Parts: sequence; C-alpha cells; structure tokens
Amino acid sequence: MNIKVLGPGCSKCHTLDKLVRETVKEMKIDANVEYIQDMVKILDYNIISTPSLVIDEKLVCSGRVPSKAEIINYVASAKNE
Amino acid sequence: MDNTVSTNPPGVNSGKNKYKLFAWLGLALALWIFIYLYLQRAANFFTYDVLNLSSSSHLGSSVAFFAFDAPKVMMLLVLVVFGIGIIRSFFTPERTRSMLAGKKEFVGNIMAAALGIVTPFCSCSACPLFIGFVETGIPLGVTLSFLIASPMINEVAAILLLGMFGFRVALIYVITGLLIAIVAGWVIGRLKLERYIQDWVLERRRNNTSVASVKMSFDERVKYGLNAVREIVGKVWPYVLGGIAIGAVIHGYVPTGVLASFMGKGVWWSVPAAVIIGIPIYSNAAGVIPIVQALMEKGAALGTVLAFMMAVVGLSLPETIILHRVLKWQLLAVFIGVVGVGIIIVGYLFNAIL
Repeated sequence: MNIKVLGPGCSKCHTLDKLVRETVKEMKIDANVEYIQDMVKILDYNIISTPSLVIDEKLVCSGRVPSKAEIINYVASAKNE
Repeated sequence: MDNTVSTNPPGVNSGKNKYKLFAWLGLALALWIFIYLYLQRAANFFTYDVLNLSSSSHLGSSVAFFAFDAPKVMMLLVLVVFGIGIIRSFFTPERTRSMLAGKKEFVGNIMAAALGIVTPFCSCSACPLFIGFVETGIPLGVTLSFLIASPMINEVAAILLLGMFGFRVALIYVITGLLIAIVAGWVIGRLKLERYIQDWVLERRRNNTSVASVKMSFDERVKYGLNAVREIVGKVWPYVLGGIAIGAVIHGYVPTGVLASFMGKGVWWSVPAAVIIGIPIYSNAAGVIPIVQALMEKGAALGTVLAFMMAVVGLSLPETIILHRVLKWQLLAVFIGVVGVGIIIVGYLFNAIL
C-alpha cells in the first residue's frame, strides 16, 4: 500500500503525517508513507486544498485533518480493495 | 460527476439518533442562554460580595471587568465557532470553485468574498487553491476576492468585537471586510495583471478531474462543529484571556484620555500609520482585540484601532511569502497596496461616523 500525505508543511500537514504513520504502525499494515511537500508534485493530484491524503493513488480526503477513526477507516477500506 | 463517499456505515445515523442529538443541542443552547443572561450579575456578585472589593477602586474595577468579560467572550466564542463550524461543513473549496466557475467579474467578486467567509480554508492551501481556481477559468480578481475575504473576515475577531463593542461594530467589521475584498479584487481584476502570475502557473494544463466529495450526515456535521471549537478555541483561549486581562488592567488603572493625543481622531496620520504597522505583523485576532478595546476606552479612536486590527489579521508576512510562489512581486505589491488602501479608507470612515 502506498500512502501519500500532501501538504506544504504547515502544522496541520505535520499532524496528518504523524497520525497516518501512527495508524499504519498500529494496524501493522505494510504501507509506504510519503510526506510530499513539493508544490508541483502536490498539484499533480489536482487538489485545491491541503492537507490531503492519497492512498494507492486515490484521493481519500482533502482540505482537513481527518480523525484517527477516519484514517483507520480509509486504510482498512484500501486494504480490502 | 462527483463521487460521494460517506464515512459513516449506513444505518448508524437513524432518525431517532438525529432527534436525540437535536435535543441535546437544544438543551445546551438553553443552558448557554441562561448562564449568559446572568453573567453580569454573577460577575458583580463575585467581585463585590465574594472578594469584597470596592466598586470605586482600581482593583475592583479591573476584576469586575475581567469577571464579566472573560466568561462572556469565551461563551460567545464557543457558540459562534460551533455555529460557523456547522455552516462550514456544508462548504468545501471544491464546491466553492464550481460555484464560482463561469461567473462574470463583479458578481463573481461578491460571491467569492461571501464564500471566503464560509469556506473552510487553511492558509497553507493558498497556492493549490489559487492555481485550482485560475485553471478552472475563474478570473484573477475573483480568486483574489476570495483570498482577501478568507483571512480578513475572521469569526473569532467578529465575536470578540461583538462581545466588546456590540453588535453594530461587529456587523460593520464584517460588512467592510466584505466590501474591501469585493472592491480590491475587482480593482485588481480591472488592472489586467494576469501577466504577473508566475509563469509556471500559467503554463500548467489541467484536466478537469473532479475530486471525490464527502457527504456528511448531521451527526458528522455536529462533530465537525465540535472539532472546530476544540481546535480554534483550544488554540486561542490563552490569548483571549491574556488580552482581556491586559484590557482589565488598562480599564481599571489607566486614566481616561491618555491616548487621545496620538491615537485620537484629531491626528490625521494615525490611520495610515496604524495600517502600515499592522500589515507586516500577524497575530490571531484573539490577542489583539481585547487590548484594542482598552486602548479605545482611553482615547484611541475606534477607526484607527479597527484599521490596525484588520491590517494585522487580514494581511500577513507569512501569507505574502506563500503567495509569492504563485504571484510575481509586482502583483503581490499591488495586492497588498490595494487591500491596505481599502483598510485605510475604512479606518477614516469609522473615525468619521462612529
């Protein structure tokens, strides 16, 4: 599983990155988590608000920091696909 | 065209749950109103009866001020941040973008400014949002109206103004904030400065992929609102209390009129000076406004201090640096200049009529 946290580096983006890494660790998922701060790379995903969360190249959340429960939900759904 | 994804498994938010939630919210609101109406009395009781302070003493005056204002402002903050949180749950930047696409300039400016208030928007998104808007064909000026309105019309600032100066001033703040965003955006649009957008932005080609949008249940919206309270009030409350405390001290101890000489109405340069000083500073509204109130009590003109507050809250050095990624410095300078002039005009207006 490939997870990308997209954000230019404000505190919310850091928080999302931290939460995602924690979740992946707790769920014991084999996932590669990338924190992408480069604006051009972020724009490749056609998003207009950050922080955003992309799992396996699919945008799952944009413009806010989802709760831990929501992140667990996203990861679980992605795993089952 | 949009995929809708619900984060709630079906059946969780049954009709019964919704009524229960409504009932809880109603109860909370009733309690809030009850406490709010008794605040002044409670504050006086606390200061003069419990602590046995004299109403004519400096300390008594300061403590009474704080005992009333601190809980009042905190309660207002919780209520309004929650309410605005719920409203914001209905808006996303993507939705705002589709609403603005295709609108002509003047109407677009008005809508963009209004949407700037209700669209949840983290300032770190300024660049992706700018690019996203412009690529969809939304005019530069309209996009800028949004980007001006969003930070400038701040609900925390509005609540604090409401609590400290009353409804009229808070309303004037919101309306003039909107006017500045609309007019400044429109003016910059008229100046045809598109060539001052950074080249790499202009060279991008975009396919109009739509983004999956999330439909929220009422239950989730309430959570969103509560989260907003936790996040915003949780972040600003020390500044609010600190500011009110300083205000209380000034209220009780500083003699009236002491600031009238250089911040009062008669001094013509105080408004531009206040704005010029305010622009590079960024602070959250929470800390600035209570101090503003106390300064005002001591003779500073309302227009001057409000202009200062709007310059501090509406324009900031960090935001400018972020925007430089998409706007060349000439456009950036015009942006700051036009908004700054708008604030100065508003400052003079306030001084003249209030």
